[in-house]
Amino acid sequence: MIETAARHDETDAHYKVPDVAGYAEVPHEEKVRLFEQVKGDFRFGDYLYGCYECGICVAACPSAKFYDFSPRRVAQAAAREDVDLIYQQMQEDIWECSQCFSCLRCPRGNNPGGIITIMREVAVNNGLASAKQALVGYSRIIYKIMSSGTQVSPDMLRSDAFPDWGPETADVADNLDLWRRALPAETMHTTSTGWSVADKTLVELYLIWLETGALDMIADVDSGLHSILLELMEERLEEEGIQL
Amino acid sequence: MTIPIGALRRQKAATEPVTDRRSLEDPRAELLELERQGELIVQKIDREAVTVSTKYGREKRIQKSHLWHHKSCGQCGHIPGYSTSIFWVMRHLGYDYHDPSDQTSCTAWNYYASATSNAAAQAAVAVRNFAAAYESGYFPLIHCGTSYGHYKEVREELIGHPELRAQVRDIMAKLGKPLVLPEEIVHYSEWFHALRDEIAAKQVRDMSGIVVTVHPACHYYKLVEGDAIYDPDIYGGQRTAVVTGLAQALGAEVRNYSTWFDCCGFGFRHILVQRDFTRSFATLRKIEVMKEEANPDVVLTHDTGCVTTLDKSQFAARAHERNVGLAVLSEAQFAALAMGAHPYRVCQLHWHSADYRPLLEKLGIDWEKAWEEFQSDLRRLESGEKRYLDWDDVDA
Ligand code: SF4
Ligand code: SF4
Repeated sequence: MIETAARHDETDAHYKVPDVAGYAEVPHEEKVRLFEQVKGDFRFGDYLYGCYECGICVAACPSAKFYDFSPRRVAQAAAREDVDLIYQQMQEDIWECSQCFSCLRCPRGNNPGGIITIMREVAVNNGLASAKQALVGYSRIIYKIMSSGTQVSPDMLRSDAFPDWGPETADVADNLDLWRRALPAETMHTTSTGWSVADKTLVELYLIWLETGALDMIADVDSGLHSILLELMEERLEEEGIQL
Repeated sequence: MTIPIGALRRQKAATEPVTDRRSLEDPRAELLELERQGELIVQKIDREAVTVSTKYGREKRIQKSHLWHHKSCGQCGHIPGYSTSIFWVMRHLGYDYHDPSDQTSCTAWNYYASATSNAAAQAAVAVRNFAAAYESGYFPLIHCGTSYGHYKEVREELIGHPELRAQVRDIMAKLGKPLVLPEEIVHYSEWFHALRDEIAAKQVRDMSGIVVTVHPACHYYKLVEGDAIYDPDIYGGQRTAVVTGLAQALGAEVRNYSTWFDCCGFGFRHILVQRDFTRSFATLRKIEVMKEEANPDVVLTHDTGCVTTLDKSQFAARAHERNVGLAVLSEAQFAALAMGAHPYRVCQLHWHSADYRPLLEKLGIDWEKAWEEFQSDLRRLESGEKRYLDWDDVDA
């Protein structure tokens, strides 16, 4: 049973009014339900042992230097089971984390970055507004990794996608096929994947996405992408004569 | 007054019975115990190995040859000279390897960027790759720092959570594969560190005038920290020894800078969809600090994301007249150059953004001539004389 944290006054400096921040306020019970999912992850107990409030994680944290963001606040909210604050963090804070794990410097043995990984998973699974927003412009990458087994491909290097990476990006794009064929490693002549991934390997990967529910995680945040990928994988498995 | 140490210790032991799970003391021993119980298979080191020391003193063995290269999608895709340099150095030291197509990426870049996966899927992807290595008989060597860190996390989770083991074992059974993990999870930079004297023995270019700063990769030494290589002779054992140990063995001067512990600013999602953060962090907290405090000729690092971030983030900062303009290489490319590798045919420096030419000049490399040589290779491909270049071509 989660102890009920006192409802926070919306004038509290730590709280933005939800509608202004772009997400819906939900009943307290819903926040409890979401936190139960975070706490129910088998890694949660490995990631949180309490908090000294020492701020060492904040000093080490790159995101804390550029955003209104603090791994200490995340660890404390989780330790206090403050479901209001945790809900707010799931809507406003978690996508700012760089997942560098510098906060593992914590003298208490906490892993604030790991808690954030779990909170993000719960946000995606439940189709929270912050997850939908975070994944805008990101769908093509999920498509690439889930369908091809490599996330970063040479043909992503285009100057319209990376205008800030300098004129060299345009050189790569203009010469892509030729430059790839000049690579001495046989597996690396590809342009749409990092290397050539065997067909049988892809089938095994699709089975993993389907068996573990990883593919279904995106059903709420991006239903279009979910159906495209599902169709692609089922078709491929059917060709192989594999029944799920 | 006497402080009741014994009583305090007992009280602490009673109230804090939890173990710190950030890093198991001896994951290898735990794996072997699970193997004895029939829970999983451990792929053993079965060739000559070099013994190195890890953060808290546990010894780790690095197999020298017969290695299964777990490639990195970010290296192969965007900095291909990183991967080709790893292969080239291994070939030139005379060690055999396997470059598989039965390999997926670890998929952790996406996981840390978007959370559109879960612990079971991530563990299954890792074990599927390990099983592919096991079936081939070659021992895995991980190219990416994030794959390496993530696989160590997965190993700890599989050791600590029987229910996850059962789930992954079931999935593997459906794929016709065993639940198998290697005796040691080894990053390529550990191989370079362990073999640094052999690399230095084949050195043909003098690095003694080169000043280097090192960016240690977060996912190499912060994730499951106990498994990273440390050496009392390098930084007094207070920082990881990889990269620095190699640069020193090659005769380069490694200079210190104050923000060495900071990450590069990659951010996983930030580098793709929120690059204002990445650019700011990489230039303000890393490149500018290095330039002001150490003024190096090159930044060396040992992970996909770090090379990408530190290299690509400098272009836009130039428009703001920031103090940037530093070559960024992986230590694998640096070692290959030291051993005489071609800057374009092997190290593929034309895929980099920050200006590396002053470094080449300092090394006595005529980059204009080298670029013309590479262009003549490309003409052979364009004329249809060859469809692809191979290892003989790059050493021609
Ligand atoms: S993992 Fe996230 S919270 Fe932890 S130090 Fe890195 S950016 Fe900060
Ligand atoms: S470093 Fe650990 S104990 Fe200190 S504030 Fe952060 S989470 Fe709490």
